[in-house]
Amino acid sequence: MIGSIAAIGAGLAAIGAGIGLGLIGSKAMEGIARQPEAAGQIQTPMLIMAAFVEAVALFAVVVALLGTR
Amino acid sequence: MMKRAIALLIPFFLVFHARTLVAQHHGQEQHGDPHAQEQPAAHPTDGHQTPVGGHENHSPEGGHAQTDGHAQPGGADGGHDAHGDKKEGYNPTATIMHHIADANEFHIVGDITIPLPCILYAQDQGLSFFLSSAFHHGANAVDGYALVHGDVQRVIGFPFKSGSHHLDPVPDAHGHGHGPNFVLEEADGTRYVFHEGKKYALEGSSSLLGFTSWFDFSITKNVATMMFATVLLLWLFIGIAGTYKKRAGQAPKGLQNLIELMVVFVRDEVVKPNIPQQWERFLPYILTIFFFILINNLIGLVPFFPGGANVTGNIATTFALAIIAFLVTNLNGNSAYWGHIFWVPGVPVPMKLFLMPIELIGIFTKPVSLFIRLFANITAGHIIILSLISLIFVFGNAGESVPGSLAGMALAIPFTLFMNVIELIVAFMQAFIFSLLTASYIGAAVAVHHHEEHH
Repeated sequence: MIGSIAAIGAGLAAIGAGIGLGLIGSKAMEGIARQPEAAGQIQTPMLIMAAFVEAVALFAVVVALLGTR
Repeated sequence: MMKRAIALLIPFFLVFHARTLVAQHHGQEQHGDPHAQEQPAAHPTDGHQTPVGGHENHSPEGGHAQTDGHAQPGGADGGHDAHGDKKEGYNPTATIMHHIADANEFHIVGDITIPLPCILYAQDQGLSFFLSSAFHHGANAVDGYALVHGDVQRVIGFPFKSGSHHLDPVPDAHGHGHGPNFVLEEADGTRYVFHEGKKYALEGSSSLLGFTSWFDFSITKNVATMMFATVLLLWLFIGIAGTYKKRAGQAPKGLQNLIELMVVFVRDEVVKPNIPQQWERFLPYILTIFFFILINNLIGLVPFFPGGANVTGNIATTFALAIIAFLVTNLNGNSAYWGHIFWVPGVPVPMKLFLMPIELIGIFTKPVSLFIRLFANITAGHIIILSLISLIFVFGNAGESVPGSLAGMALAIPFTLFMNVIELIVAFMQAFIFSLLTASYIGAAVAVHHHEEHH
């Protein structure tokens, strides 16, 4: 039961992180499409931001794992 | 300069080394005992006096109203049938947790393990030093310690403080993987071992906070891998430093190209933009953590012997890295940095008072987010890859069904390959993020403002 609730929590966090990653990706693509020569400069900050957003989902995974102990 | 910094890190990791906080979750290995009635779920501290009889009739906490002391096949947690004719499904959680947790032996394949030195200290019996092979895969208790799935734990109230003593197998329990099972796990997570008909509770793993009667300073799997990684780094960088001396003024060659690329990347993209005024001073430290995290991430991705240990996915390791980052940041903080924390410039006095505790907490939350991010990313990567491999056993019903296994393989192999490539990116990414954030924290601490900034 607790495991299921933890899984739901991790899933909810994944929704948030998915929206965040989607926004980062879409804006970066838009930026690259508008200015293809800046692709290199856009990609690195994009990956950094993606790692930040992803970390939030992973925090939730950690909390879920600790919650199932 | 960098070599020295790497060498300085080693004792830090040994000091801060502690067992992972991720508990090994072995709920599956709990089996009821069809003949002997279940043991009373006694309190861990007084559990050692309970005899293991065949017809005990204690009422368990599990809620069975037992009126008769025999012929009741209920398991200890009441939920599952323990007769063995009903095949239990494969439980990937136990396997995965076992693989990502630290261990006192280095498991290679099958029954082959490399024993690692155990250095254990308990206040009432002093220092114990022996190889983990003395446990005979858990069949023996050494100096009052027992091996639980590769993890040393202390037996509460064990009569022998020294020497090696045989443990009795758990009565009629199913073996798990490596022969008979010597550890009984109750539903509440308490573990028991048996010696000459008596039942002894086990204390938990030694942890960083040390709320146990003993301390574990062992060279565990993670520490051994960390030492291996350090030796690898030293060999790599000493060799390349020699090449630079030999080939001064010439174009880089071979491995030099790769390392120079990364060193220049860290210098130009991470350290210089974040610490513009004193970048030369902090470059060795940032490069050290970058390469240390990177090489441990990469070694963790290697699925066979020298690799596979979850070093940067161990919260104690990342905690140690964060403590170093915390110390470097705050010990180098100048008056402007501390002024920003205790008396934020440019805002009215009530706001200054309001912001002070927030900024003060911020000092600690920065390294905390740093170590949880690294730990979570690497652990999650290991869990995903192991889950995908577990698909083979889930589909194949733990080896019962060959077509199921084949279907599992068809699914698992491409996904595992894909995830491994993603994890390769993550390995670089996390090393980069950790060093970038550390650099930005240090940069904020040492920045000299020539003019009053607007906030």
